Amino acid sequence: MRDSRRYERVAFGVMAAATGIIIAPVLIILFIVLWYGVPGLSLEFLTAMPRDGMRAGGIFPAIVGTLVLTIGTAIFSIPLGILAAIYLNEYAGKNWMTRLVEISIINLAGIPSIVYGLFGLGLFVTFLGFGASILAGSLTLAIMTLPVIITATREALSSVPQQFREVSFSLGASRWQTVRGVVLPNAIPGILTGTILGLSRAAGETAPILFTVAAFYLPRLPESVFDQVMALPYHIYVLSTQVPNVSMKIQYSTVLVLVGMVFIMNIIAAYIRSKFRKRKTW
Amino acid sequence: MIIEKPKIKVENLDLYYGSFQALKKVTISIEEKKITSIIGPSGCGKSTLLRVFNRMNDLVEGIRIEGLVEIDGENIYAKDTNMVALRKKVGMVFQRPNPFPLSIYDNVIYGPRVHGERNRKKLDEIVEKSLRAVLLFDELKDKLDRSALSLSLESQQRLCISRLLAVQPDVILLDEPCSALDPMATLKIEELLQVLKNDYTILIVTHNMQQAARASDNTFYMLLGEMIEYGPTEQVFTNPKDKRTEDYITGRFG
Ligand SMILES: Nc1ncnc2c1ncn2[C@@H]1O[C@H](COP(=O)(O)OP(=O)(O)OP(=O)(O)O)[C@@H](O)[C@H]1O
Ligand SMILES: [Mg+2]
Repeated sequence: MRDSRRYERVAFGVMAAATGIIIAPVLIILFIVLWYGVPGLSLEFLTAMPRDGMRAGGIFPAIVGTLVLTIGTAIFSIPLGILAAIYLNEYAGKNWMTRLVEISIINLAGIPSIVYGLFGLGLFVTFLGFGASILAGSLTLAIMTLPVIITATREALSSVPQQFREVSFSLGASRWQTVRGVVLPNAIPGILTGTILGLSRAAGETAPILFTVAAFYLPRLPESVFDQVMALPYHIYVLSTQVPNVSMKIQYSTVLVLVGMVFIMNIIAAYIRSKFRKRKTW
Repeated sequence: MIIEKPKIKVENLDLYYGSFQALKKVTISIEEKKITSIIGPSGCGKSTLLRVFNRMNDLVEGIRIEGLVEIDGENIYAKDTNMVALRKKVGMVFQRPNPFPLSIYDNVIYGPRVHGERNRKKLDEIVEKSLRAVLLFDELKDKLDRSALSLSLESQQRLCISRLLAVQPDVILLDEPCSALDPMATLKIEELLQVLKNDYTILIVTHNMQQAARASDNTFYMLLGEMIEYGPTEQVFTNPKDKRTEDYITGRFG
């Protein structure tokens, strides 16, 4: 009796420690980034061009670049991903073809991001001749994000009760009317959540943009989709390894801005999800 | 049982789920503007038979159907069957009340909207008429924009029936429509069915013997996918021809 209780207490301790170990890195990273990053934040830092070979001034073009790339990624990946998911979930039967597509999507999600970068370089930059550009970078990020969006959308679609589809069919609605009328409206919060999480990951990636769009130093704003841009993840890499004598302050503040952007996107996603949970009553 | 000018006619219907035969040589004619109840033990194929009439079974993969099914003299399994028209004509109410998570108003007009009705005034009329038919209008006329999920289960089931009436069907299929309701609510839904049968042909699947005895004109008893007995409800319950029917309705099995 006493033995089993002690055993339980040890097991509990181990689990608590494991949980602690999981959240510790998050807390430490957040703490360090905030501690060193906040002092360097200022309106000028956020809205000015870099100066003195990036050792002074702001990071405005990198912020704009990351925003533009995220929007570009969204434009290419959201419609494609959602349509593919609707097709797979609502139209396609269960046969070897759809099984193959499913397996491809799972594998696509497991490919290292540097491979996407090289793929984008080969296909968009070189073969299609877009050059290193916003277009090529957005397309590359979009392909990387697609599996996330497809998977999240399919989960959201699957969570809509089958009954609703049956009722809709039984009232004479076609498949598409059913999807539009009852399935999508009830799946949209889940789709949004998954999509934003996917995009926030794309916003923080370095490898896919390395050869496809990111500029080392380009202190002006892009004028067309065929321009290069600076982007926050790559800028951080440049500041910390390629430019001598950059102050710690600038490095940490840049990291803080990127983490902040990703964090805000994740909070929006979490907010949508929790609001939806409360409303859901079936 | 001989029925002149049946609304629905089924002859030698075989239905297979893959290699499993769920319906065996079912032959039955359904009287127009009457309530026909389908009874039988769990798994005997009641829902399967019901879903033959609006071809909801088509959604099941690996299903095969042989035999003749006619509604108003038209073979509904013919190649050129207009599915939209069929499902408008033959509507279905499900076991659990399942209004969409939309407003009461939007639930009722879901069907008409799908079929292209956009005129606000027409839609208002449809809502009023459909809710009146299920005796909900007076209670709900000022709350039409409330969520349908805020209603009681009984009202939800009524709403589901009115959502169906809004597409102006001829035939209403009900699959154990009261199994989620309490006895009082069940009685009220049965009353409603008595009113509706003036305008609609009604088929109801039920596990509840009293319900079948009380609420239906004709009763169809099935066992393991086969028709055992079919006749006027009164006769089936008081003077069954088949021993197995008697055993079932007296509760000796099932
Ligand atoms: N989609 C399906 N695939 C394979 N078999 C099925 C399917 N649906 C039903 N069956 C089988 O067909 C038989 C008849 O099922 P059905 O649902 O019509 O019975 P039921 O009389 O409505 O039963 P209950 O009273 O429990 O609702 C059962 O043996 C069931 O297991
Ligand atoms: Mg059933």
